[in-house]
Amino acid sequence: MNKVLFFAHLRDAVGEEVLRLDASGKTVAELKAELTSKYKLPRMDTVMTAINEEFASNDEVIQDGDEIAFIPPVSGG
Amino acid sequence: MKFYEISKEPINIQAVIDKVVQREAGAITTFIGTVRELTYGKKTLFLIYEAYEAMAVKKLEQIGREIEERWAGSKAAITHRVGRLDITDIAVVIAVSTPHRADSYEANRYAIERIKEIVPIWKKEHWEDGEEWVGNQLETKAYPSGKPEEGDLNE
Repeated sequence: MNKVLFFAHLRDAVGEEVLRLDASGKTVAELKAELTSKYKLPRMDTVMTAINEEFASNDEVIQDGDEIAFIPPVSGG
Repeated sequence: MKFYEISKEPINIQAVIDKVVQREAGAITTFIGTVRELTYGKKTLFLIYEAYEAMAVKKLEQIGREIEERWAGSKAAITHRVGRLDITDIAVVIAVSTPHRADSYEANRYAIERIKEIVPIWKKEHWEDGEEWVGNQLETKAYPSGKPEEGDLNE
């Protein structure tokens, strides 16, 4: 199983901060595409992804137990 | 001592400065980021900051390591606030000490610019006529590969 975290406008779009689903074996891009169409997520071309709290590229393959987070453009400071 | 923190409580500026005091330092610069009322004529009522806290702390630590590698003898501490902030409240405090003053200014500037690139913290602006999560200021940045590019990380 995997925990998938959403923040800022993505959490508003999904309606949940955390989803639990099985994404192992999928690439980041595949999971992103799947969730984008399921939840009509906006502006996903600007969204980064983290696996286990480190930035990951779209072609990285998700392992069982990985924590995935979608990171919209940040606005701290 | 925790040099890099996300805080739900108001930030104690002096406490952040105290973390970087060292006998080798000839300068400490402090950056205090505050909540601005007007942005391009639009009036902000208040802000909500949220963080992916575990990763945000890691990325602040990464920025600290980058600074200590780039500027010899430097020491950095950063605390970023989350939650509801009103106009003039303090959102972030960065303290950097270095042996000489020029490095201290440069390294401190580097820290705030890096925060705006890689630290997972978001703000939601509340205006008189609505609210919105703010991305990078002009919504101009896209990450086609899904993560920051080499150039974004090293600029």
